[in-house]
Amino acid sequence: MPTSDTFYSQFRRAGISRRTFLHFCGVSAATLGLAPTMAGRIAHALETKPRTPVIWLHGLECTCCSESFIRSAHPLASDVVLSMISLDYDDLIMASAGHQAEAILDDIRTRYRGQYILAVEGNAPLGQDGMSCFIAGRPFHAQLKEMAADCAAVIAWGSCASWGCVQAARPNPTQATPIDEIVRDKPVIKVPGCPPIAEVMTGVLTYMLTFERLPELDRQGRPKMFYGQRIHDKCYRRPHFDAGQYVERFDDEGARKGYCLYKVGCKGPTTYNACSTVRWNDGVSFPIQSGHGCIGCSEKGFWDKGGFYQHVTDTHVFGVEANADRVGLAAVGGVGAAIGAHAAYSSYRRGKQSVDAQTTTSSPTAKHPHETTGN
Amino acid sequence: MQTSLPTTRQTAVYVYQAPLRAWHWISALSITVLAITGWLIANPPPTLSGEASDHFQMGYIRFFHFAAAYVFAVGFLFRLYWAFVGNRYARQLFTLPFWRPSFWAELLHEVRWYAFLEPEPRKYVGHNPLAHLFMVVIITVGGLVMIFTGFALYSEQTGLGSWQDQLFGWVIPLVGQSQDVRMWHHWGMWVIVVFVMLHVYTAVREDVMSRQSLISTMISGWRMFKDDRP
Ligand code: HEM
Ligand code: HEM
Ligand code: SF4
Ligand code: SF4
Repeated sequence: MPTSDTFYSQFRRAGISRRTFLHFCGVSAATLGLAPTMAGRIAHALETKPRTPVIWLHGLECTCCSESFIRSAHPLASDVVLSMISLDYDDLIMASAGHQAEAILDDIRTRYRGQYILAVEGNAPLGQDGMSCFIAGRPFHAQLKEMAADCAAVIAWGSCASWGCVQAARPNPTQATPIDEIVRDKPVIKVPGCPPIAEVMTGVLTYMLTFERLPELDRQGRPKMFYGQRIHDKCYRRPHFDAGQYVERFDDEGARKGYCLYKVGCKGPTTYNACSTVRWNDGVSFPIQSGHGCIGCSEKGFWDKGGFYQHVTDTHVFGVEANADRVGLAAVGGVGAAIGAHAAYSSYRRGKQSVDAQTTTSSPTAKHPHETTGN
Repeated sequence: MQTSLPTTRQTAVYVYQAPLRAWHWISALSITVLAITGWLIANPPPTLSGEASDHFQMGYIRFFHFAAAYVFAVGFLFRLYWAFVGNRYARQLFTLPFWRPSFWAELLHEVRWYAFLEPEPRKYVGHNPLAHLFMVVIITVGGLVMIFTGFALYSEQTGLGSWQDQLFGWVIPLVGQSQDVRMWHHWGMWVIVVFVMLHVYTAVREDVMSRQSLISTMISGWRMFKDDRP
């Protein structure tokens, strides 16, 4: 149960050695892109500041965010951070269940009013009165709103909580709704990705817990330190992009040589995430390094943005699906043909009119004197 | 603004001042470069072999796109300025007298002329209403859309906090996400390409078939009328 002691004393009680603790502080500083000296500040904060409780709610989701989180490249970080948060409430990994578990929520909400962090994995379906996601006998959105009312800030884990993700894909039958459209009076930090990278998750959480402030966010509410640049800006295949060397098909020479995946639909140029720098699984690799284009999993509505294997993706608007290049080329062909026909008929008419004008110069039906006076 | 000629006997009027004419041809050139390089950005030429360090093909394509984009954007700003200081015909590109019934009547007449339903077109010192409508919708509104979406895409590489980001970065969440901005920018190209095809065709056709000069007007500034009737 949450107490007003420090993170550090909590770690010690959980059997984490001082050495491990300091290592964790160093790793965190590095992940956050902070100067090594900041490790000391992180350690100091964790040693002296009262521990901030973290509540981790699960809504309509697939648990890939939690899966990613516990596979952090630095098991240390996830161990430590996990022990920070499992102390409070995470219905996936906590020991207690049922009424006992729900009682924790009430307790934290009243005792730490305005102080705890609400981390939300998944989103809330609002259709059919929220029937599609029930937690402890009531719709998830009720639990979410209740817990959000008294929290300090909300972390929206993954593309589900941030944008809606697959359960909100067209036609979104359950009306799955991202967190920031439900919780409007609290800061919502979006950590999108399907799932987000473990180091990004532990990094954001550690930053908030140790510095007790929100990371700097971009316009869409994502921490700039991890989502400030596109995959394409830091991609190691970028020299091939600039050179004009592309994989044309997945089984061609370019694919074997590791050329740029732009032509097979890589969404790196339109996706904000840290994959090309932090990478996945202890920095082993990331999709592009394994030969597949980015599918834009951390971008809003990526399920509904047309093909994963096309660069010029289909556009959906007013219930119509169309590809810009197909429509454009057809329009150019059609308009070109129309211009040709119009030009031909125009010159035919003109020829006929000047013949008419010559043969009937004195007749009152000669309506086109300019034909004889002009050009 | 008067769009139809009063019943005076005129054979030539000075319509398009030199800066406007220069703007027209510079924009035409920059849009041509933008459309070609834009197409190549979306549909790059076949893969080059050899070392990456031997080539900079996409790099140059994008460089020319951005260079032409700055020319177009600065030109657009200049053209806006010229609408204030230039003659009345310089204002047409930014004003559409849609509240005037005569505009719609003349527009209908012009459409009928193209549909071979009228024996001859009317004379206009400035743009004819149909051309006027298309220029405002496609070049003024369309050009702005291209500039806003284009600079929003450009801000993605100049980075958060750059002036491009501060001025145009908001376009991305407004439209949805980066891929949507790219695709609308891409659609915009096709709209402009189709406009240019029609524009060049009608300019040539009207030069030959209407009662006034067109292409030479955009070169010398003088509108010649081929007859004296109203
Ligand atoms: C009439 C004007 C323009 C046309 C026809 C045009 C056309 C295009 C096209 C077809 C693309 C490819 C989109 C895709 O990937 O599918 C493109 C990309 C782009 N355009 Fe334009 N564009 C125009 C004006 C501008 C302007 C004013 C800017 C402002 C700087 C701009 C900046 C860009 C950028 C940054 C890209 C993405 C290139 C990359 O990151 O690789 N464009 N443009
Ligand atoms: C990318 C290509 C082009 C674009 C975007 C373009 C755009 C425009 C615009 C916006 C205007 C209105 C000028 C104003 O009010 O300030 C205009 C006028 C004009 N343009 Fe173009 N133009 C293009 C190419 C051409 C070409 C190739 C020709 C010649 C064949 C041409 C002939 C004319 C003429 C004759 C006018 C004056 C029309 C009139 O008197 O009503 N344009 N053009
Ligand atoms: S593989 Fe994708 S992210 Fe990498 S350079 Fe090519 S387009 Fe950009
Ligand atoms: S490379 Fe793209 S699709 Fe893959 S995990 Fe990263 S953001 Fe998602």
